[in-house]
Amino acid sequence: MRKRPGALAGVAAAALSLAACSGGVLDPQGPIAAHDSKILLNAVGIMLVIVVPTIVGTFVFAWWFRASNARARYQPEFVYSGEIELLVWSIPLLIILFLGGVIWIGSHELDPFKPLEAQEKPVEIQVVSLDWKWLFIYPDQGIASVNELTVPAGTPVHFSITSASVMNMFFVPQLSSMIAAMNGMVTQLALKADNPGDFFGLSTQFSGDGFPGMGFTLHAVPAEAFAQWVDGVKQTGPTLDRAAYLSLAQQSLNVKPFTYRAIEPNLFQAITTQQIPPGPGPAAGRASPAVHSRPGD
Amino acid sequence: MLGKLGWDAIPWDQPIPLIAGAVVLAILLAVLAWVVIKGHVPYLWHEWITSVDHKRIGVMYVLLGLVMLVRGFIDAVMIRSQQALAFHAAGYLPPEHFNQVFSAHGTIMIFFAAMPLVIGLMNFVVPLQLGVRDVAFPTLNSTSFWLTATGALLVNISLVVGEFARTGWLPYPPLSETTYLPGVGVDYYLWSLLISGVGTLMTGINFVTTILKIRAPGMSYLRMPMFTWTALASNLLIIAAFPILTATLVMLTLDRYLGFHFFTNEAGGNMMMFINLIWAWGHPEVYILVLPAFGIFSEVVSTFSGKPLFGYRSMVAATLFICIVSYMVWLHHFFTMGAGPTVNAVFGISTSIIAVGTGVKIYNWMFTMYGGRIRYATPMMWSVGFIVTFTIGGMTGVLLAVPPADFQLHNSLFLVAHFHNVIIAGVVFGVFAGLTYWFPKAFGFRLHEGWGQAAFWLGLIGFYVTFMPLYVAGLLGMTRRLQHYDVAIWRPWVLAAGVGIVILAAGAAAQVMQLLVSIRRREELRDETGDPWNGRSLEWATASPPPAFNFAVLPNVQGEEPYWDIKRRAIESQQLAPEPQYQPIEMPRNSPTGFITAFFTTITGFALIWHMWWLVGVGLAAAYAVFVWFAWRDVEDYVIPADEVAQADRERRRARDAWLEANVRTREPA
Repeated sequence: MRKRPGALAGVAAAALSLAACSGGVLDPQGPIAAHDSKILLNAVGIMLVIVVPTIVGTFVFAWWFRASNARARYQPEFVYSGEIELLVWSIPLLIILFLGGVIWIGSHELDPFKPLEAQEKPVEIQVVSLDWKWLFIYPDQGIASVNELTVPAGTPVHFSITSASVMNMFFVPQLSSMIAAMNGMVTQLALKADNPGDFFGLSTQFSGDGFPGMGFTLHAVPAEAFAQWVDGVKQTGPTLDRAAYLSLAQQSLNVKPFTYRAIEPNLFQAITTQQIPPGPGPAAGRASPAVHSRPGD
Repeated sequence: MLGKLGWDAIPWDQPIPLIAGAVVLAILLAVLAWVVIKGHVPYLWHEWITSVDHKRIGVMYVLLGLVMLVRGFIDAVMIRSQQALAFHAAGYLPPEHFNQVFSAHGTIMIFFAAMPLVIGLMNFVVPLQLGVRDVAFPTLNSTSFWLTATGALLVNISLVVGEFARTGWLPYPPLSETTYLPGVGVDYYLWSLLISGVGTLMTGINFVTTILKIRAPGMSYLRMPMFTWTALASNLLIIAAFPILTATLVMLTLDRYLGFHFFTNEAGGNMMMFINLIWAWGHPEVYILVLPAFGIFSEVVSTFSGKPLFGYRSMVAATLFICIVSYMVWLHHFFTMGAGPTVNAVFGISTSIIAVGTGVKIYNWMFTMYGGRIRYATPMMWSVGFIVTFTIGGMTGVLLAVPPADFQLHNSLFLVAHFHNVIIAGVVFGVFAGLTYWFPKAFGFRLHEGWGQAAFWLGLIGFYVTFMPLYVAGLLGMTRRLQHYDVAIWRPWVLAAGVGIVILAAGAAAQVMQLLVSIRRREELRDETGDPWNGRSLEWATASPPPAFNFAVLPNVQGEEPYWDIKRRAIESQQLAPEPQYQPIEMPRNSPTGFITAFFTTITGFALIWHMWWLVGVGLAAAYAVFVWFAWRDVEDYVIPADEVAQADRERRRARDAWLEANVRTREPA
């Protein structure tokens, strides 16, 4: 047993360093994710102050006071000590008080609804989770895309998020906090990519049979490239009007990314205010759902 | 006539559930046939099925829990193997099947493995520790057990008749509404939990009444053993929390069956209400499970260190502290649902405050070991493994209570690793410690030490190899419940977890071997004295196994460690206390009420799931008739004559006397 604390710390350290060097939440590429993960690491650090001595102490006591150790003094009457009780209540309490400060300040500073402080106007994107794909509407550009998100790097992005049917959760691990997508409600999220790059995003709330197909890629591109991308999208693809939306809202699995060259204005508002009814479920159903791929994928 | 039920309810096209179902059915039939042919039916009926003896009921709870633990573990193996295979591939489980598997895994592990195991140990131990003869309401106790078994049975029927919920273990609406899941899966979930929830609530009432009202003379609150204290706290939580669960599930049932709109998208329904309510039950639930486990560790650490529990009163305070604060933290399960920063911060802080109570417990266990003479039998191994592993789980838990950290880790495999870290290291290790600790009390022989140690090491190492990689996968952004994925950086960690579950499977095999080997060698493992571990509380004052009446004469408690005091007096005076005046004892009669009620409740539940309304009527009427018939009973007790009591107790005294003879005369008085 006595060999384990070193091994444990080693494993933990190795895991953390591995996680840090590759694409996860400890490898942030934007200010929000950087701040989140900094608080995460700070909290771990604060707790290790108490956790490491506790684990080491457990091993020391457990080993030294083994029955076969003749040198250990048997003290069956040592059953209470006011000083120790004071310590074991107050030290955790102090740590938690300190951590409570981190929690209070962190919650307020990193409230997902809070916009990023920046000079330039953020890019507005409206997000709708559908069964089972993401619809990203760019109201200012008048375009939309499915299961693929393109944003300018270095510019703040502001998301308004809702769901067409069941609950989902929007998350780009290296860039953002996560926030729920719920029908009839709008949540908000800010995000900024420091540099160009491709980042994976996903839904982190199980939403049914097509849930694993809700992964998407966020392309952070230089500002000029973003403008070019918008122009390109406007040239081709279908138009997202109400009929196209209702067809998209049908259940479908593993939808490949595509774009809409134009959108009907106020579609997002119509969805969130339920002027457009919530997405339908399976067409008919026993055990296996009637899911169908979208025509033209 | 058959409602929605038809031949198409059987998944003919899916070999896995079909073969699994066939195998289980074959085993069941074989066991049944063996029981009938060997003529064991009367024995089973009189001694077990209709028994209202808390010890028998406890054993049956544990048996149910262990069987369901195996079922839940098989689901776990399927989840881990599917994810190991499904990188850029479909794996071998299609989504509609995989989603049932992880939903069933969570539901079964919490409701039908962990709960019966914990409640089973409480059933067996608490009356013995209190120095009394039974619980407050013995027939109700039997009914509780059989209703729990009904729930477990319904969940398992869903494997082959219809489907189970495809929602996760908590059926968040609107996904769980008929619009999105019109099948019977969610209905199976609802009715099995509604029925077993009634059983659990009755257990809570039963045990709170027992502990508050029925104790041996002199057993004041602050002399109750720690396990009994945690059982009290746990049952108080059951009484306060389970009605919330029932009410929430009833609302979802009304949505699904009668077109109500509590949680729908339309007509003013609000799914966030469900999520709040279910966690207002769900968070106390984890303390319902883990507090008794803390109690087990307290008993084990104290016994095997050869010392009283350090800081007993502080431990009682910490237990009650956790009991109360556990009600004020539920919102931390959905920081990412968009509550404001102040709400999130308040719940984050209240959550981390719970760690103070848990921390106090950990330190008191450490100082119980300090100055002890620690014997490393299997239960103590589980306890030390628990303290270290649970500390890590506690740390990751407090980390998830920090909202900005949770914004990146919520629902990820980091979360999955965290709650398995606390539930496996806390509840499962605790249950295994408790089972090896109290097994000789229940059956009169100890479990095999070598296999116990093997099970411990495989379980501990298997746990680390399975769940430490999942922490990393979560830090890499991998969310839970993915039937397939194509993010390459997750793959190695998922594979590593797959290796871990193989080790855990070896640990499970070692547990089974331990049981088999122990039964084969029971004569050499026999515990004659009733006190195999040199215990300190009253359960060890009885013979192993204890007689139906537990104590020939109710003990007179004079301190926190009554049996230790009795032993010390015996050792000092070099003889047992004088033989008491034996009196006839009145004990409750066996009753088939629980079994028959549960039989009809099973029929009712099944009929409700498949919309067979006439059968619902029949089942309800019959269950009610059983209740009326029971309420009109004339005789509820039988008398054990004083001679019989004396005979049983003299045998126990002879064994203790032999122990005194063999040990004390050769040893310094303690």
